[in-house]
Amino acid sequence: MSRRVAAAILAVLLMTLAAGCAKSGKTLHLYSWAEYFPDEVLGEFEKEFGARVTYDTYPSNEDMAAKLRAGGGQYDVAVPSTYAVHSLAADGLLQPLDAAKLTNLKNIAPEFLNQAHDRGNKYSVPYMWGTLGIAYNSKYVKTAPEQWSDLLNPEYKDRIVAVDDGRDIIGLGLQAVGHSRNTTDPAKVQAAQEWLKQLMPNVKAWDSDNPKAMLISGEAWIGLVWNGDAALAMKENPDIRYALPKNRGSLWLDSLVIPKGAHNAQLAHDFINFMLRPEIAAKVGVAYPYGMANAEGVKLLPADVKSNPASYPPQEWVARAELAGDLGEAATLFDKAFTELKAGQ
Amino acid sequence: MNLSRTGRSLLSAYAILAYAFLYLPIVILIVFSFNTSRLNVTWQGFTFDWYARLLENTKVMDAVRNSLLVAAVSTPASTLLGALAAFAVHRLRFPGRRLLEGGMYIPIVLPEIIMGISLLGLFTAAGVKLGLGTIVIAHITFSAPFVFVVVRARLHDLSQTLERAAMDLGADEWLTFWWVTFPLVSPGILAGALLAFTLSLDDMIITFFTAGPGATTLPLQIYGMVRYGVTPEINALSTGFLAVTLVMIVTAEWLRRRSS
Amino acid sequence: MSAPVHPLRDRRPAAPQPRTPAPIRSMLDTIRPRPWLRKLLLAGPAGLWLLLFQGVPLALILVTSFGARTGSGAVAYGFSFANYFRFADPLYLGILVDSFAMALGVTIITLVVGYPLAYFIAAQPPERRTRWLFLVIVPFWTSMLIRTYGWIFLLRGNGLINTLLMRLGVTEGPLNLLYNNGAAVLGLVYMLLPFMVLPVYTSVEKLDTNLIRAAYDLGARPAGTFRKIILPLTMPGVAAGSVLVMVPAMGLFYVADLLGGAKTVLIGNLIQDQFTQANDWPFGSAASVILSALTLVLIFLYVRSGGKEEELL
Repeated sequence: MSRRVAAAILAVLLMTLAAGCAKSGKTLHLYSWAEYFPDEVLGEFEKEFGARVTYDTYPSNEDMAAKLRAGGGQYDVAVPSTYAVHSLAADGLLQPLDAAKLTNLKNIAPEFLNQAHDRGNKYSVPYMWGTLGIAYNSKYVKTAPEQWSDLLNPEYKDRIVAVDDGRDIIGLGLQAVGHSRNTTDPAKVQAAQEWLKQLMPNVKAWDSDNPKAMLISGEAWIGLVWNGDAALAMKENPDIRYALPKNRGSLWLDSLVIPKGAHNAQLAHDFINFMLRPEIAAKVGVAYPYGMANAEGVKLLPADVKSNPASYPPQEWVARAELAGDLGEAATLFDKAFTELKAGQ
Repeated sequence: MNLSRTGRSLLSAYAILAYAFLYLPIVILIVFSFNTSRLNVTWQGFTFDWYARLLENTKVMDAVRNSLLVAAVSTPASTLLGALAAFAVHRLRFPGRRLLEGGMYIPIVLPEIIMGISLLGLFTAAGVKLGLGTIVIAHITFSAPFVFVVVRARLHDLSQTLERAAMDLGADEWLTFWWVTFPLVSPGILAGALLAFTLSLDDMIITFFTAGPGATTLPLQIYGMVRYGVTPEINALSTGFLAVTLVMIVTAEWLRRRSS
Repeated sequence: MSAPVHPLRDRRPAAPQPRTPAPIRSMLDTIRPRPWLRKLLLAGPAGLWLLLFQGVPLALILVTSFGARTGSGAVAYGFSFANYFRFADPLYLGILVDSFAMALGVTIITLVVGYPLAYFIAAQPPERRTRWLFLVIVPFWTSMLIRTYGWIFLLRGNGLINTLLMRLGVTEGPLNLLYNNGAAVLGLVYMLLPFMVLPVYTSVEKLDTNLIRAAYDLGARPAGTFRKIILPLTMPGVAAGSVLVMVPAMGLFYVADLLGGAKTVLIGNLIQDQFTQANDWPFGSAASVILSALTLVLIFLYVRSGGKEEELL
């Protein structure tokens, strides 16, 4: 490549670098899933508080927790799931929240407060929640599945896509044989494994990241997926429906936390309090198909959003469902059980 | 290269098949950049929208700029490190030679996640602030060994008689290196540099752990988008990038032909 | 418009001799009488870099591997080989063996597919070679994820290939081309092809055509010439390519999972899981140490078996 061309490229790179240089001032380092905070909402925050928000993303809860564990704690606000909140707090990686600064905490629905993973909400503020359910293509699946055991139907051989998550799948197995998904008793886990062995032939693929693709394309008829994927699939393919199991189901809950190494804790508290405002929560609830934990915000949502079962399942079902708890040492047990299931396939 | 006529045409036919194999998913990628559906799954219609949206997508464009910057800095550095090490290990005898040789293979054999986490551990322990700089350091660390392996392969069996002849004719080390050694090794260095650049552009896991707030690279941005759906903006980006690269190659060729 | 003068080849006495720039000449004068300085300048940078940026990380990994996980998932440092013994479970050893086998398969296929392509590029006239080389690598400057999505679109039940085959009447129903080991291998071969082609090219390119011509003159046929002359001479490139394909093949579990349906647990998945799902960093570290050590041993055996000891200065 000629020197002139190389010099030109270098000049362009330097110019773009100069153009993109950060403005000085307060910054909030937000660390979250992608598509979890609408640009419009972040813009409002930036204007009101005179700050800049950087929005870095991670592809999974576990990656984020691993990074915080290994020392990457420069973020001001992160959004871990229930069990991650518990284990990160136990290891001193989260800052206790200053309740006096969180005046809007009362807007959160009481069923999400004071849960096992964070008694008294010392470290976390619930943000978004959802379900693990059964998405199915009504063109091929004539009777709606009603419980986990319906998935064992031999008609569905090689037709199911399921989340590639040991915690959720072993938990599903535990619920299918009548236990809690947070049991750490090895005998019960063994029973769950036995039940799950019958499910294996029906699983076409495991995919936590993008199972909706297989549902939309018709490659899979049934998806054992989180509601967000189901809702997005339903948007693209009108044949797809979402059902929740009649036995105990699974809930997920993501909360806002402040990591220990946050470089601007005051601004972080301001941000969390800002996100707790009903009108802000409503804007988030309209933008994304997940459930908002903010009860006051939910009241402001339009009817079609509130009635979508993929976002807001019936209250009785929520009361029966379980949140994913911190398994502690049993996480290794669950992981080994899942590995054995896959290796035996 | 001493092939008969049939040999040549068979080889050319094979090459066409091989290049077709390499570009098959690329063609799909380009076609889908014009897809109206926001997911990369089914074809629903034709539109140029994504190209327009891409140019306005500051998050993605920032990530692209960061990726190119990191690659532009880490590629020459890792090429230099790897090539120097290849020369040293191949031609010189010194204490720790075997250790250096083995050490160069370690970043290749270490799984990415543990490489990323342990580098993060190093930066944390040393109190180094995470940012683009730490990403560059990480990239150099895992790319240099690839250059090392390729340049070493080139040096193997490369007889030094030409270099000795040059020195006998009165050239000093610099002239010998520049006019004899370098031209002989340059395909290896070019190949190593291309591999290093490619590795840097597409690295995800190690970059994930060594990136600081606000220092996103393109792969991080893309993998973050997976859960909600990687929009065709990324296809448009890749298409654009390919187009720019091909234009640059063609321009370089044209310039070279003009100067000769 | 005359061709540039090569100072050591052309015999035109009027051509100006290139001069080494003065500062470089004085540098050379300082280095020449001090062989240790030359060695330091060549081996120093990489050695120092490795020491700085791999030394501490390696120490961290080793220390962690001797520890144990606490209830909440942090590391309790200690000194025990428990994690290493734990790896001696048929489940994990089976995963290791499967991963090696798959990586080996990917390497062989990549070699068979990539070698002729490298030969083709090297057989081009010198001005054209770089262009063909770039064409090999440029597709890999797009996102690996999007390329994988492209393959999914091609291979799935109602994807392009199946639709074409059925339209043309070649097959009745859709072929199972995706979410199996075959698709995973295909994906890995695709992603790693440049890592074979480029190193092999650097070896093929320096083949002395006179040797081949001599072989033909002496009556050898193409197959024999390839086996006895071309292949041995290009072995360094083949060895380099094999290493640069086989090792990453064990680590590219993301691609293997996307195309294979994540139904097989490979060593890459296992180690990843320890740092994410299972929160058992000590076990993950031990597994990484075992994997890395085994791979290093294999590399050294392979590389040593090929080469002779070069003359050392």
